[in-house]
Amino acid sequence: MAQTLEKHTLDIQKIRAQFPVLHQEVNGKPLIYFDNAATNQKPKRVIDALVKYYEHDNANIHRGAHALAARATEAFENTRVSVQKFINANEPEEIIFTKGTSESINLVASSWGRKFLNPGDEVLISTLEHHSNIVPWQMICEERGAELKVIPINEAGEIIIEALDELITEKTKMVAFNHASNSLGTINPVKHIIDKAHAVGAKVLVDGAQASSHLAVDVQALNADFYAFSAHKMYGPTGLGVLYGKRDILEKTPPYQGGGEMIKEVSFGKTTYNDIPYKFEAGTPDIANVIAFNEAILFINELGKENIAAYENELLAYATDKISQIEGVRLIGTAKEKVSVLSFEVEGIHHFDLGMWLDAKGVAVRTGHHCTQPLMDHYCIEGTVRASFSVYNTIEEIDAFIEALKSTISKFKK
Amino acid sequence: MSETINDIQNEIIEEFSMLDSDMEMTIEYIMELGQQLPEMAEALKNEDNIVKGCQSKVWLNAEAKDGKIYLEADSNTAITKGLVSILVRILSGRTPQEIVDADLYFVDKIGLNRFIGTQRSNGLGAMMKQIKIYGLAYSAKAE
Repeated sequence: MAQTLEKHTLDIQKIRAQFPVLHQEVNGKPLIYFDNAATNQKPKRVIDALVKYYEHDNANIHRGAHALAARATEAFENTRVSVQKFINANEPEEIIFTKGTSESINLVASSWGRKFLNPGDEVLISTLEHHSNIVPWQMICEERGAELKVIPINEAGEIIIEALDELITEKTKMVAFNHASNSLGTINPVKHIIDKAHAVGAKVLVDGAQASSHLAVDVQALNADFYAFSAHKMYGPTGLGVLYGKRDILEKTPPYQGGGEMIKEVSFGKTTYNDIPYKFEAGTPDIANVIAFNEAILFINELGKENIAAYENELLAYATDKISQIEGVRLIGTAKEKVSVLSFEVEGIHHFDLGMWLDAKGVAVRTGHHCTQPLMDHYCIEGTVRASFSVYNTIEEIDAFIEALKSTISKFKK
Repeated sequence: MSETINDIQNEIIEEFSMLDSDMEMTIEYIMELGQQLPEMAEALKNEDNIVKGCQSKVWLNAEAKDGKIYLEADSNTAITKGLVSILVRILSGRTPQEIVDADLYFVDKIGLNRFIGTQRSNGLGAMMKQIKIYGLAYSAKAE
């Protein structure tokens, strides 16, 4: 389970103090926020950056011949460089801002897929995928006459590596899978799959939504062709995502949407497109959120990803141990390598009831199929309860959660 | 049935007011109400009677007898079953017109919005809509 055995050096109380939202009561109980895989909370510096932008710097970027526009443009492009360094991309032009992971994947499926997928080609995804990494591929496969194939998983929720040899063939043009599973937490052997895909000339898209705030990501070391993630799952603002793509692939990929920003010259006869990344950023971008996102990246960098991962592993190991001792609990997803996601069901109690009871006790969890219905089908279940941890969570909160869960289960045993 | 829909709604509001807005007590009470719901025949828990919610399943069967609509319902989650039982208590045995005209203000008054809130969380909102549709259908038939 432990992804790294290093000990963290974080002062968790000091970190918690930076998150205003955590200091409140819900239903008369101190809030315990364990829905971090859905979205995690924002430190004050991110919120302050949003306010500062609107109070001092608001201007449209890349065009204005005035001081505010220059300041806003500089701050906006600074974030692009921060993101580039954060995932070790080769150059900032390989970083495209989108609305989120879903849009990043849709961009690739739609633009890259429409040009490069042909009848008889195959796209490979895994059983672990979020609907966002299933549906866009289904749509483009249907349109282009390509076939969608699925990599199976074992009972622990790990990709069956041996199945890859049979599934990745000369027909495979794209392999799209997540770095870490949102429902189970499984960390996939990304490098291994990418190498296999490249061996047959296929491209690879990695859905990094669940990995970006937990794991160190180096897109060059991984040799990923595309890497997609969301700001709001890494202490940043909502409505903003990133698509990384290798320069040569992005240059060959047609634009996604038409509009301002993405053009070089327009006449009614013909339009020439802007260079990357602007070719993929039609319209006024989400300037305020991009600027505030920089603070989220700085927040992670200052804590250190290794520290964060080590601490979150401690939380996960502790919670897994405690919950395993409760009678009737079945863990869903027991991969050896996991991010801090704990998915489970309790015999005889519907996950919706568990979620409502935990909420009444101040514990926020996610219940349901987590937008991974095919994965739930694999386990023959309708859904799970999912507790997911971030760096500001504590062992004491896990203890309170375990007590709340035990007391909830006792209500159903009467 | 001499009590009107609003009489029963007022009774329910009164019952819930004793719970003092305590969420745990409220859920516990809702679950108790669910246990009092008359059992629905297994045969009626079929695909046709499913009211789709995202996380919890609700089955609803409506039958007309002597100009009134009688409801039977169940759910696969304890809390939703309790919520369903409240609706059955208020609306079963009413005329189609009464159902069509019913203003279900109890939902706001007892803070049930958070249970219905998003259509995705349970089948209650969908069930309210479905009962209204039955009411409309039967009242149209009666005309």
